[in-house]
Amino acid sequence: MLLSVISGFVLACLAPWLQRVVGRGAGAVLATVPLGMFAYFLTFIGRIADGEVFHEQWTWAESLGVRLSFYLDGLSLLFALLITGIGTLIIFYAGTYLHGHEFRGRFFAWLIAFKAAMLGLVLADNIISMFIFWELTSITSYFLIGFDHHRKVARDSALQALLVTGGGGLALLAGLILMASVGGSMELSTLLNSGDVFREHALYVPILLLLLAGAFTKSAQFPFHFWLPNAMEAPTPVSAYLHSSTMVKAGIYLMARVSPAMGGTELWMILLSIFGGTTMVIGAYLAIQQVYLKRILAYSTISALGVLTFLLGLGASGAPGDAELSIYAAKAFGVFLLGHALYKATLFLVAGTITHETGEKDVTKLGGLSKAMPLTAIAGVLAALSMAGFPPFFGFLGKELLFEATLAQPSLVGVMTGATVITGILFVIVSCLVALRPFFGHAKETPKHAHEAPFPMWIGPALLAITGLLIGLLPAALGEPLIAPVVASVLGLDEPVELKLTLWHGINAALILGTIVLSVGVLAYFGHRYIMAVLGKVDFLLRIGPAMWYEKALAGMLDFASLQTRILQSGYLRMYLMLTVATTVGLVSYSLFQISEFSIIPEIPPTDQWGHLLYENLYTLIVAGLILTGTYGAVHSKSRLTAIAALGVVGYGVALLYIIFGAPDLAITQFLIETLTVILFVLVFYHLPEFPKISRPRERMRDLFVSVTAGVMMTIMVLLATGIEPREKVSDFHSAHSVDLGHGRNIVNVILVDFRAMDTLGEIVVLMISAIGVLALLKLKSRSKGEKV
Amino acid sequence: MRSIILRSATRYLFPIIILFSIFLLLRGHDEPGGGFIGGLLAATAFALYAIAYDVKSARAMLRADHITLIGVGLLLATGAGIISMLVGDPFLATQWVTLNVPGVADVKLGTPLLFDIGVYLVVVGVTLMLVFHLAEE
Amino acid sequence: MEPVLAIVIGSLYAAGLYLMMRRNLVKLVIGLVLLSQAANLLIFTAAGLRSKHAPLVPPGEAQPVGDFADPLPQALILTAIVIGFGVIAFTLALFHRAYQVIGTDDLDEMRATDT
Repeated sequence: MLLSVISGFVLACLAPWLQRVVGRGAGAVLATVPLGMFAYFLTFIGRIADGEVFHEQWTWAESLGVRLSFYLDGLSLLFALLITGIGTLIIFYAGTYLHGHEFRGRFFAWLIAFKAAMLGLVLADNIISMFIFWELTSITSYFLIGFDHHRKVARDSALQALLVTGGGGLALLAGLILMASVGGSMELSTLLNSGDVFREHALYVPILLLLLAGAFTKSAQFPFHFWLPNAMEAPTPVSAYLHSSTMVKAGIYLMARVSPAMGGTELWMILLSIFGGTTMVIGAYLAIQQVYLKRILAYSTISALGVLTFLLGLGASGAPGDAELSIYAAKAFGVFLLGHALYKATLFLVAGTITHETGEKDVTKLGGLSKAMPLTAIAGVLAALSMAGFPPFFGFLGKELLFEATLAQPSLVGVMTGATVITGILFVIVSCLVALRPFFGHAKETPKHAHEAPFPMWIGPALLAITGLLIGLLPAALGEPLIAPVVASVLGLDEPVELKLTLWHGINAALILGTIVLSVGVLAYFGHRYIMAVLGKVDFLLRIGPAMWYEKALAGMLDFASLQTRILQSGYLRMYLMLTVATTVGLVSYSLFQISEFSIIPEIPPTDQWGHLLYENLYTLIVAGLILTGTYGAVHSKSRLTAIAALGVVGYGVALLYIIFGAPDLAITQFLIETLTVILFVLVFYHLPEFPKISRPRERMRDLFVSVTAGVMMTIMVLLATGIEPREKVSDFHSAHSVDLGHGRNIVNVILVDFRAMDTLGEIVVLMISAIGVLALLKLKSRSKGEKV
Repeated sequence: MRSIILRSATRYLFPIIILFSIFLLLRGHDEPGGGFIGGLLAATAFALYAIAYDVKSARAMLRADHITLIGVGLLLATGAGIISMLVGDPFLATQWVTLNVPGVADVKLGTPLLFDIGVYLVVVGVTLMLVFHLAEE
Repeated sequence: MEPVLAIVIGSLYAAGLYLMMRRNLVKLVIGLVLLSQAANLLIFTAAGLRSKHAPLVPPGEAQPVGDFADPLPQALILTAIVIGFGVIAFTLALFHRAYQVIGTDDLDEMRATDT
């Protein structure tokens, strides 16, 4: 599992290079890796269906409890299969879709990095690793949405998606950390077994709200849905992959993942079903008002995500008594999830192909394409039939189960079923819009002359659509091994449940509802124009949506930032410095006054010992006097050379102090550095003018006051610090084991090259960076010589 | 600077300082010294040479490029860490071997020495890069 | 001897900060050097001056004998001194370059290039 995640990132790094080497066929070459992973994950189906789960683990930051650990159960397996399977087809498709694009290599790099991150997210067991992968998907998505970076719309949409999902990500992190502290573990697989601890804990509500904030923003639940349609600025393969079948489902995945621990309460059920229900109706309602293919699909995706959230709300609501009920909803969840991923990815790809081949994205200006591109048309129609819920497609099963789940609810049956019926009808209209309108009717003029797409661009949608049909025809054989473990994961059961997926349930309420929905939907499609005319009158509702609040908040933040900059960033270095120093002195002094138990006044020894003490510390006193004189000279001197010499005196004085107090290594270093510093100073200052006197006396008095206050505070701090005698020191270990572990008698050196060698390695890297910085500063000049800077 | 005395003195001092810096580097694990100190001392020797003669001849004395020195140094230090990974220990966990040199003594060699040599090279390279470049301005 | 060192540290901080608040580039750098000396001494003193003996294990012994100075702050400061040197060199190069490009060593006149 680790390999499958890591190899994705490695492949992402190699992608631009591969693209250059292979050229045209890069998509096909790159697609082989996810294909291999898909095959690898397929081998797990049998064992997962038997109720097995798989763990893998590597230590990462053990002392923080952060491990790179993976966990594969029914839920993660279904996601992993979707990610790798659809990923394979998308990469293959994208190779042709973006043929000849300048940045195709970069595109592949981001797309594959996304795939790896998403895979990591669904496989992660440790919550910190999961969070990191979660954020990686947001970041890669940002770059993919903004792929056409020369267009401002694309950049703005990318930023919007990043801000909304990133903000949710922060909430998620807080929620996860709270969860870990309550549950006493960082591993999801452990946390999920302690559901009762969570449900009865005082922090349950904040944890739930934080987790849901993360999930709702990521999965575009109302009122955070607005970023998703804008994300359609991305190239179509990205929309098909990230924004319909995988990334936006990360939030759904999260909710499903934690539902054994967090679900099953009234609050969970209320929140999820209200938000999910609202989202599914509003999303579908907005979808039928769009004219651009991808936006129609985007809104219908929002609606589908709403359905999934809604089902999760019902699914985990099962108190022990109504286990039957929750299994209904969880079953509907699993079936709908798989079905939606299959048909929505197909429809997006079909939409991409249509736009690619005709140059038109407005459905009202498309028609009669089935003759020109029959294969694409077949794939599109199959997927649309599944989406609308026609038997024998898998989508039919999903819709049927959705109705059954709502009908079986103990309360509010009317409202819930009503909402699902409305959504169902709107879904039918949407599928007609995207699959009937462009392909049938009379042909219309398009910017480009339409013809069938090349093989890589129709094979993907065709395969996905046919899979949808096959699973629909043979649900028990193909669907059940996948869905049953998912149900078990969502409900937190150890054993997979018997699902009995069949197309034909006999004539029952759900079937009757389904038939009504289909016929009303088809009728409504033909009356679409009239409905639109009526809806157009209430269009203003859309404009005061949450998107407006986002705009306002963003603008307000920028205004606030520039206001703050105007006030704080005067451009005078000493102002910054003074502000920093004054704040530090203020805060530190405040907390120093709070401490009463330490005395900073040193014990004054009896007068008869003064002579002895003076004799013992004579050197120290002389050196201290030397340093103070040097300091005074450095501040007061009028010439540069005197100042440098004074600086040298201070430096050598400090080195002498190191000698006196038993630090020969420090003393040698200090002597050498001081010498080199003086050389550098002389070299550079030689070119600078003499000190002019440019500050006014009042300014000097003010600066003097600030700096002396800071100096006094530091003195007090030192006195306080030396007054504390720690019971145990970190260095006791170092001293005791210098010889037996470090094989060295110079403890300082052993610490540097052995105990804390990692730090030393960091420090020499920093040194190198500073040297490169100097080099860059001086090299830069030689290049810009002659130019006006 | 065109001082004959300084130049002649430098000619004799230079190799002595360099030798002494290597001595400090090697004994650093047991007595005061080590990569940082040794490296700084060696750099001081080259700086002295640059003052007595000029930067160009000091560069010629160094023979290698600074960047190469820094690169090799970092490589050695990281390599010292990777050796322990090959043995199966965490990165930078030290490894020791005792070489039995007949007639002399048992010489203990370990990755910390390699690490310290890396530090030495980086410090020499960085310091000289700074001094030489600023001196050439 | 801690009180004496505490006063030395305080004075170094005061002098360093005062110099850094001047308008002249050179004074700024000198202030920076004093400040880094102060910081090193601060760590050194705050860790406690418990002995004047170096943290070395005598030959043949397995552990240090008697009282000895704390080795950990020494290791920290040793690298800090070297890094401080790198920082100073970088600052010098930066100012040198800034002076060449902008033609002034008055920080207030560099303000225009900041915004």
